[in-house]
Amino acid sequence: MPHINLKNDLPGIRSAMAYSPKTAAPMGVLAEILLRSNKGLAPAERELIGMYVSYLNDCFYCHHSHGEIACIYLDGDRELVEQVRKDYNKAPIPDKLKSLLAIAAKVQQGGKFVTAEDVERARENGATDMDIHDAVLIAAAFCMFNRYVDGLATTAPTDMSSYPLRAKQVAENGYGSHIYTARQPA
Amino acid sequence: MPYIPLEEHLPGITGLLEYRKDTAAPIRELTQILLRGPSTLTEGERELIATIVSHRNECKFCTTAHTAAVDILLGEENTSAKVKQDIMTAPVSDKMKALLTIAAQVQQSGKSVTTESVQKAKDAGATDLEIHDTVLIAALFCLYNRYVDGLSTVTPTDPAYYKGLGERLKNHGYNRLPQGYDHLKK
Repeated sequence: MPHINLKNDLPGIRSAMAYSPKTAAPMGVLAEILLRSNKGLAPAERELIGMYVSYLNDCFYCHHSHGEIACIYLDGDRELVEQVRKDYNKAPIPDKLKSLLAIAAKVQQGGKFVTAEDVERARENGATDMDIHDAVLIAAAFCMFNRYVDGLATTAPTDMSSYPLRAKQVAENGYGSHIYTARQPA
Repeated sequence: MPYIPLEEHLPGITGLLEYRKDTAAPIRELTQILLRGPSTLTEGERELIATIVSHRNECKFCTTAHTAAVDILLGEENTSAKVKQDIMTAPVSDKMKALLTIAAQVQQSGKSVTTESVQKAKDAGATDLEIHDTVLIAALFCLYNRYVDGLSTVTPTDPAYYKGLGERLKNHGYNRLPQGYDHLKK
C-alpha cells in the first residue's frame, strides 16, 4: 500500500505523477527527451540503461517497465534484455554500449564512483561527449525515478502480462503527459 | 577536470545545465516548482532537505551551495550545520525532523523509507503532500548529486563563490537567468 493516499489506482510512477501533475509535467518532458531522442544513442540503448539502473536499484516497476519498452525497440528480443541484465559484458551488444552501461552502474552507486578510466574506455569504444553525458544523466534520472516510485511505496502490477501492454502504449505515444493520463491497459 | 568539455567559468551544475539546455529546462522547472513554488514548507525547510541529501551523497558542490542558500534564507548558520551533524538533535520542528529522516532514507534507496518513518511524520503533522514533496526533492537531489559528480565537474574552493551562488538561488531561484551566464566570465 502506498505511504500516502495517491487518490488514483494507476501503478508505479504513474500514480505518483497523477497525484502531483505540476511536478509530473517537467518529469515527463525530461523522460521524453532523454529516452526517446534518436540523436547519438538509440532509444533502445537509452531504455537498456534505464532498465539496468532500475534493476540495480531493485525497483521492480521501473525495471520491468523499461525492460519491456527496450524489448519493443529491439523487435521483441526479450532474450537480449535478459542477457544485458544478467551480465551485459557477455551480451551481444556493441562495446560502446557495454562501457556506457559500466558508467551507468557506477552512477547508480554514486557520482564519485565514475573514474577517468571508465570514461576513457567509453571514448575508445566510440562514445562521444554527448553519449557519455546522456549515459550519466539517464542513470542519474533513474536514481530519481526509482526513489520516487519506491519511496512512496507505489503499487507494482504482479501480473507480468500487463507490462508488455503498457510498454506498447509508451512506444506508440511516448512519455510526456501520457505517463499519468493514459488509461492502464487491461 | 570535467570528463566532458564544459565552460570554464561555470563550475558544478551550472556548466552541465548550459551544456545540454533541452534536458536542463525540465530539470530547472521541476526544481523551481519543488523548492520555490507554493508550499506549506518554507523555502528554508525545502533547501534543508536538499542539503541533507547532498551531504549524505557526499556531493561537496551541492552541499556547500544549498547550505549557503539555507543560511541566507534563515539568516543564521547554526541550523544547517546541526542538521548535517545529527537530524534528531538539530534545532528544527518535530515535523522537519521526521521529514529530514524520510529524505535521508530516500538518499539510501526508495525502499529504505519505512511505514514507521512515514507514520512519525504524519503524527508530527506532516500532510500527504509534504511527504510527497519531501520524497521527490530527496530523489531529485539524488539525480543532481550524481550528475555533478558523475561527470567530475569543478568544485570551487573559495567560500565567496558559494555565498554568491546562495544569493543567486535566493533571489532568482532555479530558472535560467534571462541574460545567460556570460557576465560571470572573468
